[in-house]
Amino acid sequence: MKLAYWMYAGPAHIGTLRVASSFRNVHAIMHAPLGDDHFNVMRSMSERERDFTPVTASVVDRHVLARGSQEKVINNISRKDEEQRPDLIVSTPTCTSSISQEDLQNFVDRASLSSESDAIPADVNYYRVNELQAADRTLEQIIRHYLDRARKQGTLDRSVTDVPSANIIGIFTSGFHNQHDCRESKRLLGESGISVSQVIPEGASLKYLKDLPRAWFNAVPYREVGLMTATFSEKEYGMPYTSISPMGISNTADFIAQIGKLVNVWASVLSERRLNYRLYVENQTKFVSQAAWFSKSIDCQNLAGKEAAISGDATHAASITKILVREMGIRVGCAGTYCKHDAERFNEQVQGLCDEVIVTEDHTEVGDTIARIEPSAIFGTQMERHIGKRIDIPCGVISSPVHIQNSPPGYRPFPGYEGTNQIADLIYNSFNLGMEDHSPDVFGGHDTKEISTKSLSTDRKDINWTPEAESESNRIPGFVRGRTKKNTEVFAKQNDIPEITADVMYAAKERSSP
Amino acid sequence: MKTLEIPTFECETGNYHTFCPISCVAWLYQKIEDSFFLVVGTKTRGYFLQNALGVMIFAEPRYAMAESEEGDISAQLNDQKELKRICLQIKNDRNPSVIIWIGTCTTEIIKMDLEGIAPKLEKQLGIPIVVARANGLDYAFTQGEDTVSAATTHRCPEYISCATNQQIEGEIESVAIGAAPNKKFFSQKGKLGKCSLVLFGSSPSSVASQLNLESKRQSISVSGWLPSQKYTELPALGQGVCVCGVNPFLSRTATTSMRRRKCQLVGAPFPIGPDGTRAWIEKICSVFDVKPDGLEERENQIWKNLKDYLGVVTGKSVFFMGDNLLEISIARFSIRCGMIVYEIGIPYMDRRYQAAELLLLQETCAKMETPMPRIVEKPDNYSQVQRMHELRPDLAITGMAHANPLEARDIDTKWSVEFTFAQIHGFTNARDALELVTRPLRRKNSSVLGCHSLSRQTVES
Repeated sequence: MKLAYWMYAGPAHIGTLRVASSFRNVHAIMHAPLGDDHFNVMRSMSERERDFTPVTASVVDRHVLARGSQEKVINNISRKDEEQRPDLIVSTPTCTSSISQEDLQNFVDRASLSSESDAIPADVNYYRVNELQAADRTLEQIIRHYLDRARKQGTLDRSVTDVPSANIIGIFTSGFHNQHDCRESKRLLGESGISVSQVIPEGASLKYLKDLPRAWFNAVPYREVGLMTATFSEKEYGMPYTSISPMGISNTADFIAQIGKLVNVWASVLSERRLNYRLYVENQTKFVSQAAWFSKSIDCQNLAGKEAAISGDATHAASITKILVREMGIRVGCAGTYCKHDAERFNEQVQGLCDEVIVTEDHTEVGDTIARIEPSAIFGTQMERHIGKRIDIPCGVISSPVHIQNSPPGYRPFPGYEGTNQIADLIYNSFNLGMEDHSPDVFGGHDTKEISTKSLSTDRKDINWTPEAESESNRIPGFVRGRTKKNTEVFAKQNDIPEITADVMYAAKERSSP
Repeated sequence: MKTLEIPTFECETGNYHTFCPISCVAWLYQKIEDSFFLVVGTKTRGYFLQNALGVMIFAEPRYAMAESEEGDISAQLNDQKELKRICLQIKNDRNPSVIIWIGTCTTEIIKMDLEGIAPKLEKQLGIPIVVARANGLDYAFTQGEDTVSAATTHRCPEYISCATNQQIEGEIESVAIGAAPNKKFFSQKGKLGKCSLVLFGSSPSSVASQLNLESKRQSISVSGWLPSQKYTELPALGQGVCVCGVNPFLSRTATTSMRRRKCQLVGAPFPIGPDGTRAWIEKICSVFDVKPDGLEERENQIWKNLKDYLGVVTGKSVFFMGDNLLEISIARFSIRCGMIVYEIGIPYMDRRYQAAELLLLQETCAKMETPMPRIVEKPDNYSQVQRMHELRPDLAITGMAHANPLEARDIDTKWSVEFTFAQIHGFTNARDALELVTRPLRRKNSSVLGCHSLSRQTVES
């Protein structure tokens, strides 16, 4: 057992559900007790999703424990099949079904005898993998399932497209800024003369999956999810892939150089023409992205030598570290990630860029490290934002886990050239701004006088609060206390009440209409 | 008296969305100031809590997970040793007056003997350990509080019963004083000292003192609350104590206090809405043989103050999908406000504990001349949504999983969980309760958008 207050990556089934519900017309049935369908709330709230989340629970209760789910899972699959005719039903294990050792494969086999939808059990071990690993695995499983089937049926078309094309793998629901990132990645590829043939899993249709191998290569923008699918496609279908995340100017340039290489392999065969992206990169860096000029501008001088601490998933933490150090001249005291399974690669990425590397899933360890380093700014998850609040250090959020405010309706990509602009803003705004930074120190703060009163009611002489009422009013939440007190006093005056008791307070509340 | 329409109960598949009952730690750790809640279970529970609690999680809450790992599940590790290690750590870090273990589905399935281990560790660590099995196998959402309260009932001190002897009455009072969260109310003696009144149900302290005041107005003093503000201040229970619930989901607590602590249960409607509050006090008064004083005027006054909100809700229809067991009371209040209730979904319906509330619902329907709504136990959310498409209610009271999708289909929704966290009890908070109900309706009035359905699904199909 482990004493835990907070976790960065969720349990395995969340990853499976995120992937399944990102595909079009795929339904997930989780095998779980009442209340474990909280994923629906998360998706509906933090993604502000307009449609019903295609996830149902096959509820595990006492009866199920006594005699096994037997018919229940099968009935639920058949019922969903009739109601909504999904293309695929993913039977999702949870910790509960893992412990009760239900044979999901068997249920699924039996259910698919009678249902028109395909059904597969997610092959995920609850106790060994986290949300991200499970998502990676489930995505590979679904793709493998459909590609293998197409191959068996002989419908697999392996001829590459006439024009250069790529699949983007790993964009899915509840991913940090994934929707914006997807649009920007498409633009980046489009401007490089590469058409995007499919984006998976977000919004992807299963019937087109068989055409995946027709693309020239795969792009995996995030290391956490999609790599397994990409390596599988490379091994089985000879599709090359790039896993460089185009975040920041140099990473984006690397990304484009990499796709240039991948494209030219085919281009030289198909059209005997080599594509050259040097000019494109130069122009974009100079004129579309403001980040290069921004970090050169006099404004950014203030940032030089300031120290930052970084924590997040492997992709974002590594990219932001690179940007801060190489592109903005900021010192990175520590860079960390909670993706323990990807620690080796993370170490390699940030090697030589930061003073120390912390790979941990324990937020208190991160908090302690930050408190010790005392950086001028933190870049991390929501957890680091709150750590920052507590020790009074500003924080920019760069990675999940996040709250709803990090699903902005406005366009906020991280990758590509527009991404560099967004990141520059985020970084600049997170540090205390230049003059603001100096002035209060030099002049001893903005407000040198003690503020005499915070109370909204100034004339309290003629009205007396009994101690009982005072203590009662202290129970009112701070943000409405002032108003409530004022309302009470007005009420007391109007009714000629000389002394305010708890009774009077509540009477005032009952009478008052806002 | 004219014949009342008898309520009909239906039962569906139980495929509905609600919170896991362990969510009760969210409000209980705040209510019981010196407690520490330890949820024993897997990552799934922790992830749920951390998402459901939102911002609260960052405020160093007095709760944590004892996260079961593979070694615990396969019994390679010893449960008692593991729990001892963790509880020691908690004792050193936080020094709480009580540790409350929340058993989850995991502990149920692997049959971890929490009730057996707790007394042993309690002795070794010198700190009370209360076990509540608030799991999703058996319970829904607010029933979690019920399991915790029921488990705490056993820990209340014994009430020293002294019958009617006037001389000893003073002593009874002093016993009650020691156990009461709000000592100030005991300076005055009630007319009747022979029976002490304990209210159960966790309410914010201001709601508690409001309800205390209401009964003080009728010269009945409340001698304690379960749970109390501090674990060390639990009220005394025993023969001669009347207990009364303030929330409809506390049937286990009611049963335990009756059967195990020999208390007398006052079966009353719940003090939600002015009508409910009045009926609640009247019932308590009748038990204490007190003639209620000025209640009718008080209720009318409150209704008068609600006039502007009543204008918004009158004639509007509402559909309760059901997830927190407050549904019957809120539906009854809504009907009294002039709304039409199509369906009351509810996770679990204890017809004995809620008998008085159901009767008041019947009476209210008769009074307002509306048909009795159907009550659906263990609802099926999918079927409910289909029914809603036909009925087109003006308002759906529902969980967050359905709120946004329904809004996108032009059905106004109120998020049901807010009723659990907002102050809706008593006369004073009637306005707040209606504020919640009317918010989506008021928003609609001021909306200028022309597009009705904003769902993607319907556009495509």
